[in-house]
Amino acid sequence: MAQAVAAPLRRGFLTTLRHDRWWVEPALVFVSLSLFFGWLTASIVMDWGPFGNYEVEGTHLLSPVFEPTWLTAINADWKGAWYLSPAFIVLIGPVPFRATCYYYRRAYYRSYFLSPPACAVGDVAPSYRGESRFPLIMQNAHRYVMYVALVFVPLLWIGAIRSFHVPGEGWGIGIGSVLLALNAFLLMMYTFSCHSLRHFVGGGLNCFSCSAWTRARKRVWDYVSLWNEGHRFWAWSSLLVIVAVDVYIRLVANGQITDPNTWSRF
Amino acid sequence: MPEYERHDYDVIVIGAGGAGLRAAIEASARGCRTALVCKSLLGKAHTVMAEGGIAAALGNVWPQDNWEVHFRDTMRGGKMLNNWRMAQLHAQEAPERVRELEEWGALFDRTNDGRILQRDFGGHRYARLAHVGDRTGLELIRTLQQHAVHKGIDVFMECTVTRLLKDGDRVSGAVAYWRESGNLVVFAAKAVVLATGGVGKAFAVTSNSWEYTGDGHALAYEAGAELIDMECVQFHPTGMVWPPSVRGILVTEGVRGDGGTLRNSDGERFMFDYIPDFFRAETADTVAEADAWYEDKENNRRTPDLLPRDEVARAINAEVKAGRGSPHGGVFLDIAARRPAEYIRRRLPSMYHQFKQLADVDITAQSMEVGPTMHYIMGGVRVDADTAATTVPGLFAAGECAGGMHGANRLGGNSLSDLVVFGRRAGMGAAADAAAVDAPAVDDAQVEAVAAEMNAPFAREDGEGPYDIQRDLQETMHTLAGIIRTEAELLEARERIAALRERAARVRVHGHRQYNPGWHLALDLPALLTVSEATARAANLRRESRGGHTRDDYPDPDDGWGGRNVVVRRGADGAMDVSTAPLPEMPAELRRLFEE
Amino acid sequence: MNETVNVRVFRGDAESGGWRDYAVEVEEGQVVLDVIHRIQATQAPDLAVRWNCKAGKCGSCSAEINGQPRLMCMTRMNLFAPGEPITVAPMKTWPLVRDLVTDVSFNYETAKTIPAFKPRPPEADGFWRMQQEDIERGQEFRKCIECFLCQDVCHVIRDHPANKAAFAGPRFFVRLAELEMHPLDTEDRLELARRDAGVGYCNITKCCTEVCPENIHITDNAIIPLKERVADRYFDPVRWLGGKLFGRRRP
Repeated sequence: MAQAVAAPLRRGFLTTLRHDRWWVEPALVFVSLSLFFGWLTASIVMDWGPFGNYEVEGTHLLSPVFEPTWLTAINADWKGAWYLSPAFIVLIGPVPFRATCYYYRRAYYRSYFLSPPACAVGDVAPSYRGESRFPLIMQNAHRYVMYVALVFVPLLWIGAIRSFHVPGEGWGIGIGSVLLALNAFLLMMYTFSCHSLRHFVGGGLNCFSCSAWTRARKRVWDYVSLWNEGHRFWAWSSLLVIVAVDVYIRLVANGQITDPNTWSRF
Repeated sequence: MPEYERHDYDVIVIGAGGAGLRAAIEASARGCRTALVCKSLLGKAHTVMAEGGIAAALGNVWPQDNWEVHFRDTMRGGKMLNNWRMAQLHAQEAPERVRELEEWGALFDRTNDGRILQRDFGGHRYARLAHVGDRTGLELIRTLQQHAVHKGIDVFMECTVTRLLKDGDRVSGAVAYWRESGNLVVFAAKAVVLATGGVGKAFAVTSNSWEYTGDGHALAYEAGAELIDMECVQFHPTGMVWPPSVRGILVTEGVRGDGGTLRNSDGERFMFDYIPDFFRAETADTVAEADAWYEDKENNRRTPDLLPRDEVARAINAEVKAGRGSPHGGVFLDIAARRPAEYIRRRLPSMYHQFKQLADVDITAQSMEVGPTMHYIMGGVRVDADTAATTVPGLFAAGECAGGMHGANRLGGNSLSDLVVFGRRAGMGAAADAAAVDAPAVDDAQVEAVAAEMNAPFAREDGEGPYDIQRDLQETMHTLAGIIRTEAELLEARERIAALRERAARVRVHGHRQYNPGWHLALDLPALLTVSEATARAANLRRESRGGHTRDDYPDPDDGWGGRNVVVRRGADGAMDVSTAPLPEMPAELRRLFEE
Repeated sequence: MNETVNVRVFRGDAESGGWRDYAVEVEEGQVVLDVIHRIQATQAPDLAVRWNCKAGKCGSCSAEINGQPRLMCMTRMNLFAPGEPITVAPMKTWPLVRDLVTDVSFNYETAKTIPAFKPRPPEADGFWRMQQEDIERGQEFRKCIECFLCQDVCHVIRDHPANKAAFAGPRFFVRLAELEMHPLDTEDRLELARRDAGVGYCNITKCCTEVCPENIHITDNAIIPLKERVADRYFDPVRWLGGKLFGRRRP
């Protein structure tokens, strides 16, 4: 009996009375995030090997990892020097946006930091200050990267729309271009459902009804609130699709598969 | 001499529901050193269970409404047995108390022009209940609690008072024990306010929580105060009936106020067959008119589904007895037919979850099964309307444990307003009284006697546990002194209560004093037995049917009885003494309100 | 469909105690609290448990059932698969009093530190005007029944008791958010939220939201908006500059 005595009162890493499979979710999140972000990290610098091409020649089918193409303009000839990759553009918007996202924080604090691994399961850390101290206090900068991420939304749409046009062939439609549009849509929804955006458009108000301006903001806030309920869904679907589109376009660009489309050329 | 901790206060308030909190706030605001003593944690009192709203003639929805109409509705609902002065003060002061709640942070639902929205309820002529969805009681208690927390009131949580102390004729304090440790606490106080709520746990099917053991009624009785109207017990018409473990849990009248209707197993709207003459003029007598009333209240009369609670409870009881009940012994209450799912979820969120989680019933699509459940006791400690003073100097009472305000039947929504109106008045009364007297003496002999009594159950070598005694008492009251009564049954109830009292005197408790629920219940039993006996005796004396007191052998109201209260007090020989006293006379200018 | 179920209940106090197994008869529709009551009435009259309304409205009967913080009165027995072991333990975050009863006074002490509602002056008739759309956020927060399950599950204090001095917990972030968003309130509690209540300790792992029996969106609707308001004030140089240049506004 002596050992059982303290059981409900004992604290410590992984200590829990739960006997459901609480570890499934954090394990799945760990594997999926590692896989997806691992691939994307590789993709940023990958101009070699069997998947080295990230743009289908003669078309506007460009991996979304390389959108927008500002850096390409000044740095078109980066081949062989990975540290000059134009895809590093993602470091000013999408990467920090996701890194400081309220949903992803929940996901990685649980799955990577194990703080806590699951509800009512013992925390790994011997002491804990959360986001009240450096470095995690920097999470408060989420709103700034959100502003930048907002700029990426139209840029990705422009890239996606451009992909429906093939130089010399005219307008058409193909699986690759549809996927790019889907990617732009999901990225938009992920951005528009952001908690910081929700605060920005109206959450900071105490009175919604006080003026025409606040009433208008309330209407926008209602929409963002609605989308915000699905923030987790948008976070995962946009992540899954950008990886899928990147893989797809690389497969087409490297000749492994053919993109079914109305141009019937590649 | 037993060891105890002692605390000295100007005013102690026993019970921390709406009335107790409001009384403590008032006493403290008037400069009294005030303690609030409660059996549970702060904020858990039975007030949280109130759902529908707080009645106040604000006139926000119907400008025609005013205190006189509210007063008239209250008196008529109470079958004119009310203390007219209490009903008047209540109707006059309720709007100001609601305003005060808003000032302290309550968030009532709003009208389109930003004022407090009011909803329809049984027996109220106009939509009058300020509300927050179907959790108005929670809003009220949380608001008072959050206000009180900054007022320097000392709160003694999970501390049960077992006896009042007296210094001559005057109440001088109370003996209590900490539930957590079982240790004794003695309060010396210049004035004591009772706000302990009701007696529901004397009945088998009740919407009341375990705390409702009639403590205040019994403490006052033991101290020599008078109880009135103890025969008037309200059975709420709509409690859950299935599954068995939730039998009795309240289904708010707001369901009917917002469009729900009652049907029997034949699908009939049976309430049309039960409209009493008293309310015939203002009640719709066809389904068509009742249905039209929901949309056009000016040109149609109210649906009989919203008759006062006593009428509806008796009607349901009769339908079930006639074999037209639902499968689990209730009737059907349906709101899904009239209102869209979204409306129901917004207006009645707790009801939606309650049925979904506890009974697997989706009220936005299915009918609820409901039946009468013991809900409220109109009777209580006899008090002065203006000061809430009892007949014992230094002792005050407010809320459900005080009698007179609601007469023979309480209207829905009038209890929350009762709590804040008379809670405040009790606080004022106690503060004024405390200012006029010196610190009282505590008589150690009295404390010692109480301590010995409290310890006795541990010392007994044999004897039964308290749980069976309580269950048998509940069964007795439910079957013999319940919704319909006869002389023979009431006499049998008295005999059985006497036998239960003997069993309770030999009750034995296992374990130790630290947080021991068996012991706590054993200490609650005497109060339960006292209020049960008072109800059974008073019910036997009143040979008529009126409001929450229905006699099968005297089925009609009797004008002679209509002018008298039944009064219960402890006789000189220690036995319970039951007599009658005339009602206070209503002044002519108020009487004219009933002459239209 | 009465059947006998084995239930494992924690008995004892902080110094000594352990699991006790009880075989209990369970009827259709019963909840865990019914089972605890049956044990009290038939086998262990001194089994300590805190409860009041038994209808999910008062928030007294919080416990950890199979390791999950829950209200005993709202946990149906048919939630468990036949033969599944059922354990009932006290809340872990609070000092144990006895059996299933814990000392939750931390919450009552913390409540005292939050300044009361302070409304602006009323209209001429003594009443205030508020639109329904302006109070709906507050009404969601005021559904809180103070069961303290969110406080119990929050790892900030559950696994790190030392943080109790610096962290108010989800229940009080809900309260702070309610007051901060109140259209009539004139008090400023953001400094309190940041410094004394320690909203920065929260790493939004959302367990509080998962266990809330009132389904309050604690994290999304209270804590994150509070963090954003704190960020407005303390972590946003642009807003800080704007405030200096144009003065702070409180719409």
